[in-house]
Amino acid sequence: MGMEGIGARVARKEDKRFITGGGRYTDDMVVPGMKHAVFVRSPHAHAAIRKINTKAAEAMPGVIGVLTGKQIKADGIGNLICGWAITSKDGSPMNMGAWEPMATSTARFVGEAVAIVVADTQAQARDAAEAVEVTYKEKKVVPDIAAALKKGAPQLHPEAPGNLIYDWEIGDSAATDKAIANAAHVTRMEITNNRLVPNAMEPRAALGHYDKAEDHYTCWTTSQNPHVARLVMSAFYNVAPENKFRVIAPDVGGGFGSKIFIYPEEIICLWASKRTGVPVKWVADRTESFMTDAHGRDHVSTIEIAFDKDNKITGLKADTVANLGAYMSLFSSSVPTYLYATLLSGQYNIPAIHCNVRTCYTNTAPVDAYRGAGRPEACYLIERTMETAARELGVSAAELRSKNFITEFPHQTPVIMAYDAGDFQASLDAAMTASKYDSFERRRKAAAKKGKLRGIGMSCYIEACGIAPSAAVGSLGAGVGLWESAEVRVNAVGSIEILTGSHSHGQGHETTFAQLASDRFGVPIDSVSIVHGDTDKVQMGMGTYGSRSGAVGMSAIEKALDKVEAKAKKVAAHLLEADDKDIVIENGEVKVAGTDKKLQWFEVCLSAYTAHNIPDGMEPGLKESAFYDPTNFTFPAGCYICEVEVDPETGDTEIVQFVAADDFGKIINPMIVEGQVHGGIAQGIGQALLECAHYDSGGELLTASYMDYAMPRADNLPSFDVSTTETACPSNPLGIKGCGEAGAIGSPPAVINAITDAIGNNNLAMPATSQAVWAAIQAAK
Amino acid sequence: MSDISMVVNGRNVSGSVEDRTLLVHFLREGLGLTGTHVGCDTSQCGACVVHVNGKAVKSCTMLAAQADGADVTTIEGLADGDNLNPVQAAFKEHHGLQCGFCTPGMIMAATDMINRHPEGLDEATVRAELEGNICRCTGYHNIVKAILAASKKMNKKGKAKKAA
Repeated sequence: MGMEGIGARVARKEDKRFITGGGRYTDDMVVPGMKHAVFVRSPHAHAAIRKINTKAAEAMPGVIGVLTGKQIKADGIGNLICGWAITSKDGSPMNMGAWEPMATSTARFVGEAVAIVVADTQAQARDAAEAVEVTYKEKKVVPDIAAALKKGAPQLHPEAPGNLIYDWEIGDSAATDKAIANAAHVTRMEITNNRLVPNAMEPRAALGHYDKAEDHYTCWTTSQNPHVARLVMSAFYNVAPENKFRVIAPDVGGGFGSKIFIYPEEIICLWASKRTGVPVKWVADRTESFMTDAHGRDHVSTIEIAFDKDNKITGLKADTVANLGAYMSLFSSSVPTYLYATLLSGQYNIPAIHCNVRTCYTNTAPVDAYRGAGRPEACYLIERTMETAARELGVSAAELRSKNFITEFPHQTPVIMAYDAGDFQASLDAAMTASKYDSFERRRKAAAKKGKLRGIGMSCYIEACGIAPSAAVGSLGAGVGLWESAEVRVNAVGSIEILTGSHSHGQGHETTFAQLASDRFGVPIDSVSIVHGDTDKVQMGMGTYGSRSGAVGMSAIEKALDKVEAKAKKVAAHLLEADDKDIVIENGEVKVAGTDKKLQWFEVCLSAYTAHNIPDGMEPGLKESAFYDPTNFTFPAGCYICEVEVDPETGDTEIVQFVAADDFGKIINPMIVEGQVHGGIAQGIGQALLECAHYDSGGELLTASYMDYAMPRADNLPSFDVSTTETACPSNPLGIKGCGEAGAIGSPPAVINAITDAIGNNNLAMPATSQAVWAAIQAAK
Repeated sequence: MSDISMVVNGRNVSGSVEDRTLLVHFLREGLGLTGTHVGCDTSQCGACVVHVNGKAVKSCTMLAAQADGADVTTIEGLADGDNLNPVQAAFKEHHGLQCGFCTPGMIMAATDMINRHPEGLDEATVRAELEGNICRCTGYHNIVKAILAASKKMNKKGKAKKAA
């Protein structure tokens, strides 16, 4: 309703502060007496720590303290946890090695913290960190998946023999094998999903402050979920009791998953503040971010898709090994299992699916959720293989997909997920029309005339968002519930504050969430403030990841708004001497339907607070809260089509057209949704063309700065053609599916399908750098 | 230590800094102008772009002492009171920002780019010239749109001024 309600393309309320330099990020926070921390980090990928000599460092100018893992252990601070228990197919629990906040006896990846230096200035802390003498004895290194699972490989953790964390499966192995044995055609591929670094532009940071007089702890941190951080740091790490502990995630400069997890640094800063008696701030430099932020992807898989003589899929079998790095990060175990293999049915009707997943330890940074988290890996596997199958079968890629689309909903896949709604043909048609797919061959010929190889590729993705319901994820091993909370506080003058457990770090919640209240009560969004990111203000919440803030976070707000509306109507009905069922709220007015009796919205709100004349037995005030636990996952889906031109002399690849047609269900603010898709596609194209985290055989991270890790820049990307089709999601009150990750999920296979189409060689791995493309062209000659 | 003084956002400021202090750190910590950000250590990301004597400079590539006597404008000094600079306004109108971290550097770089191209800008030029500014949120789509829109507006103004 109105210019600023649901569906309106409203400019963002939060922009003012960001475009004028008024954003407030963790590194901008200053507390009286605050000092600066720098970590001493292991230069070795795998080494025993023999001795740490801090004497020289302690004597350096400005140094307040140098603390090590032995001290944090002695103070009873716990090890880091993984919050999702996965059970191997033989029934045994996952093999989790101990992760100390600072390594005491063994360092297992380059960049692992072994000591912290606190000093008056960051420069002094840096100088002193260089003076900390650590005696290491290097051990044999496991740099990657292949090395980890080799017989006789060096062991990282005594708890995980053979570096194996779990050996898990899903689906029906026998039925799938039978489908493959009886198939008219089987397409087989070996596929690597390259390791990525999330690279939020704001490096991670933490400011820990222990107030001795109040016996109270505060931690400002770059978090996507401050309440989860408080819970985990209290309940598991024993850093501070929850009732005396405030976590604030102020403006956060991007997350993409990497700021979900509770890292050693925030724990250590808070503990060090108590230990040294001063507030302690740490801000990562970019190389520290590369070395210690949780990385993403890093799968090696084989896949087989079986077809009958009519090109209908009869079975899909996948075998995957995923690298979880040196330690199990907070949700690492769930990414290559329940967030990955449960999506292997894609958009297709597949009677039999089986997937086996092994995860392993390596001497690399921990790997966890990064935009899409498991779903890009599943989508890449399916959609590369579908395109390949179409080429092998000599049929059109679009037709092969269409023929196998799921068309009836709800649809139960063989791998847990029950798709609730969708129209896959609609998004395929929309993308084909927008990309002028039918006239592609003309463009291919025109390109050939100027010496370029032109190719087209598509990808039909589905993903699962709003991971839920809590009881279901609990039964699959999750250590948390995945609901969301909201509180709607209507002030006596009619303005509104909405407190939410979701966290905005670029998603525009301050605008979108306000649009819900504006829509409901006809108040301008400027009168609606969104409060988030502070555990002292918002009681509890689960934060923002997995594209859940729309489907889950906004649904909680809707529930609270329902309660506010019901009470406001009762107050108004009482004042207007009418039945509350006859009250309607429109454009800031509260009216009795069919009459000229009305009150202004603020008059009703004020009456609720003066309480001079409210119904008997009604409590004064107008404030309601809600917890919302969804009934199902949501299933955004769509079709992406990429067109490329390759220079055969250099392998240089230009994306000349990129079309996205997404079904996100109901959309609250199309401008913000489009922005999410743009960003996701850019990260997906980054994965396909540019990005890869490289460790050498000694476990040294070769891509640890923007000089070495190829971030997508403006001139690597085209403008995107994005549009949406809509099927409402029946699983939440707003009909929202979620849009945050789709771009990163759907785009990589479209890009690689396009390049392999252009060059006529299907054997091409990501990232398809100019060199890789050139080599593939040569190999095909 | 070096004693330095400069004009920042039209105000005379001075300070005593360690010789190794970078301009960005003097602005952020010395003057509390935290709108200028540090996103990398290698002068790649451009989150720290400010104007020094009218030119876009990555303030992490310059010592504070090198800016002694200079006229510096940061993101905080770009708007004229409550009136946003056309580039700031265009970023808002065209949704050219999400998390906001790269935004100050983007806007300062874009303002400089538009000033250097009074003849106007096209998409390819904007993309090429943004090479030194990294954004992870927007895919650059709306940043490019915003810069083109602002360029149009500012050049029209410029031309109108010249004609007058």
